[in-house]
Amino acid sequence: MVTVADTPLDGRCPDGNIASRWDQRKRDLKLVAPNNKRKYTIIVVGTGLAGGSAAASLAELGYNVLSFCIQDTPRRAHSIAAQGGINAAKNYQNDGDSVWRLFYDTVKGGEWRARESNVYRLASVSTSIIDQCVAQGVPFAREYGGTLANRSFGGAQVSRTFYCGGQTGQQLLLGAYQAMMRQVYEGGIKVFNRREMLDLVIVDGIARGIVTRNLVSGKFETFAADAVVLCTGGYGNAYYLSTMAKTCNVTAAWRCHKRGAYFANPCFTQIHPTCIPVSGDHQSKLTLMSESLRNDGRVWVPKNKGETRSPDQIPDADRDYYLERRYPSYGNLAPRDVSSRAAKERCDAGYGVGSSGMSVYLDFSKAIREDGESVIREKYGNLFHMYERITAENPYKVPMRIYPAVHYTMGGLWVDYNLQSNLPGLYVLGEANFSDHGANRLGASALMQGLADGYFVIPYTVGDHIATRKVTPVSTDRPEFHAALDAAKSRVSAILNVNGTHSTEYFHRALGKIMWDHVGMARNEKGLLQAISEIQSLREQFWQDVKVLGSGETLNQNLEHAGRVADFLEFGELLARDALHRDESCGGHFREEHQTEDGECERNDADFSYVSAWEHQGVGAESILHQEPLKFVEAPLGIRSYK
Amino acid sequence: MNHASSTNLNLTLKIWRQAGPQQVGGLKTYEVEGISTDMSFLEMLDVLNQQLIAKGEEPVAFDHDCREGICGTCGVVINGQAHGPDRGTTTCQLHMRRFQNGDTIVIEPWLAKAFPIVRDLVVDRSAFDRIIQSGGYVSVNTGNAPEANTTLVPHHVQQDAMRAAACIGCGACVASCKNASAMLFVSAKVSHLASIPQGQSERSRRVLNMVATMDAEHFGNCTNTGECEAACPAKIELTNIAKLNREYMTALMYSKE
Repeated sequence: MVTVADTPLDGRCPDGNIASRWDQRKRDLKLVAPNNKRKYTIIVVGTGLAGGSAAASLAELGYNVLSFCIQDTPRRAHSIAAQGGINAAKNYQNDGDSVWRLFYDTVKGGEWRARESNVYRLASVSTSIIDQCVAQGVPFAREYGGTLANRSFGGAQVSRTFYCGGQTGQQLLLGAYQAMMRQVYEGGIKVFNRREMLDLVIVDGIARGIVTRNLVSGKFETFAADAVVLCTGGYGNAYYLSTMAKTCNVTAAWRCHKRGAYFANPCFTQIHPTCIPVSGDHQSKLTLMSESLRNDGRVWVPKNKGETRSPDQIPDADRDYYLERRYPSYGNLAPRDVSSRAAKERCDAGYGVGSSGMSVYLDFSKAIREDGESVIREKYGNLFHMYERITAENPYKVPMRIYPAVHYTMGGLWVDYNLQSNLPGLYVLGEANFSDHGANRLGASALMQGLADGYFVIPYTVGDHIATRKVTPVSTDRPEFHAALDAAKSRVSAILNVNGTHSTEYFHRALGKIMWDHVGMARNEKGLLQAISEIQSLREQFWQDVKVLGSGETLNQNLEHAGRVADFLEFGELLARDALHRDESCGGHFREEHQTEDGECERNDADFSYVSAWEHQGVGAESILHQEPLKFVEAPLGIRSYK
Repeated sequence: MNHASSTNLNLTLKIWRQAGPQQVGGLKTYEVEGISTDMSFLEMLDVLNQQLIAKGEEPVAFDHDCREGICGTCGVVINGQAHGPDRGTTTCQLHMRRFQNGDTIVIEPWLAKAFPIVRDLVVDRSAFDRIIQSGGYVSVNTGNAPEANTTLVPHHVQQDAMRAAACIGCGACVASCKNASAMLFVSAKVSHLASIPQGQSERSRRVLNMVATMDAEHFGNCTNTGECEAACPAKIELTNIAKLNREYMTALMYSKE
């Protein structure tokens, strides 16, 4: 049985009219005077959309920003790979959009497991994000008259997604990166590249610094600051195969968790419906095909099992456009969790295509016939090109074959309305926090959240921490820094000293298989219990048998990977335990025990309308559960139907 | 399970190994067997590294991250060509079906004075960051922006800007140029921002500063060979360099900034 904390967690949201809550909070937040800001240092870890926008905006205000990234330059963070677009409630299309509708769609899309106040703020600052990015020179798609263009994304019946071809994440990230580089030039930001955060330092109960390893020299370093802002992304690589970049990891967040930060809703993981299927055991990662493709592509499988005709020879009458059939009002733009499960259902039932039978068609022939190949090429050219490079099949001629893959993680470190974790002075932004997407994220909302947090929330809230707590400088000579440094060093040498027989890759793949088989698109009690015990024994085996060559004093990519895998082996267990505890189906968390007759999620609002925030009690020990009750007033609890 | 008909290859690899920036490096020969033609080039290197670890040899260090061609982290010279033989393709997106059974593949890091070798196939490309720092942006603080549709940008202007902005900053242009010139990289950012209304205020200052930094970072000059365009995985066009030259001359002669 899970131990539940006595006092419920409080998100510290403002009261009153939902539309004015953020204004209310901004009125209440204490300020730091312009001349005083330069006396304070803020650490920002990660340089994706959240970290890049936060670092630039904080430096513009006058704070000294220390920015850390694991890559060779801040411009490479994985936000860069986001393809389809960014949502904003501009209502440029005159199609009935509004801040309220974006708010409602997001709460409903997340199956009523997100915090209303946060989501409303997200929707209301969304419009400023577009203004900001356009001013930076982000080349958003335009109509012939020169106005901004929009397209549709899943889970919405309005067109509110802004985009730059299939490279929206890249252009938004470069906008934030360039804003950062301007501040580097002006002296407001100091960038520490190829650094990995290995621990958080807490002094007198407040987050005051970090321990890093310089990935080139192997040197351990400590940095002190007045606040730590964590923007280190999601944990999808716990599954080994995912659409995330190879270096994406849970280490920074996990080390904060081990220092006392609560981890919220880790079982809310997103499996994206349209990825290029696995082609063999050598596969090192999976590639997403943007959801935007479903604006023009139709998803289908043959109506007959064992169909042998090539797709172009199968007449419409013998095709099952199962999304259009099951969800007539949203059709091919049903949300991600729903579409993924529908694909799995068809493949499991024996209707899948391809030699493995584990894929479905995404077919553009109708759109190409109606609009012409050149229109389709302008919208999706780079995606079609990428598909062809990977599969050696031409999607202008042959339908794409797609299958779901791990793509995004809604869970993350618990934060309050100010995006501060339960550890004072530790703020968590973007995918690394849990706050805005509930149990499922809608397409084109990750970019929106990362930039909202970094450009428009943290610049206001971090000052309140500094002003209210009257933080004074600390030195890295303090014993707390030495202790954290020693802990980080000894963990790295422990890994090097195992000197076993299996590579880190072996353990990562083994963990990924457990996670995908038992904690993937469909979960049940038996499988989850099995996963927990298998993860525990794999973790034990890791510490007896991992083989990492070379030393810790140089660039050693194998050693870096080993540290990340070691953390995934601890974190994976928490993810499975959270999934076991949440005895309901909602969004991306599908418990087979709880489904309707037609295979949809059966939510249990009476028992699970809360955020699960876990407090670490030691590796292998049961965590303590803190519950933050969720109330739905503006978007009342309802049935999430896309039929 | 395979996409197209896949076969297996046995290959000889000659890979640049160098323990650190100050050490002497050299090509070392390895054999790999049973490489599926469905693998990406980096997955082939993964196989080699697993093989090396099993034998107790240190794996080959190479930079990579997204493995979908957009982050710009990966990049090696393959048989003398930056990112290998396919046009518009990063190393991570190059697939082994491009090679034949029995092939010998020579794999080297980017070679340029401005990109010092860190280890094996990993180089330091921070000079690119310093070029962007000197002007590759629009100076607009968060919160200063006017309503997005206030300034109209014609469709064809946006399309041009987008084509230039697509640069992924991988450095293949430098690695493929006999002069190790960064002109294609610099011109992509200069063209992107010079073509849109938002980039006008700092248009002259930007190009002058970025070119000055490029020179200070020991990149060579452009002699219009066009290797950069051929190697560029983001298909940045050589015409951007013409635009850069025009921007530079105009700024030099007429700028009042």
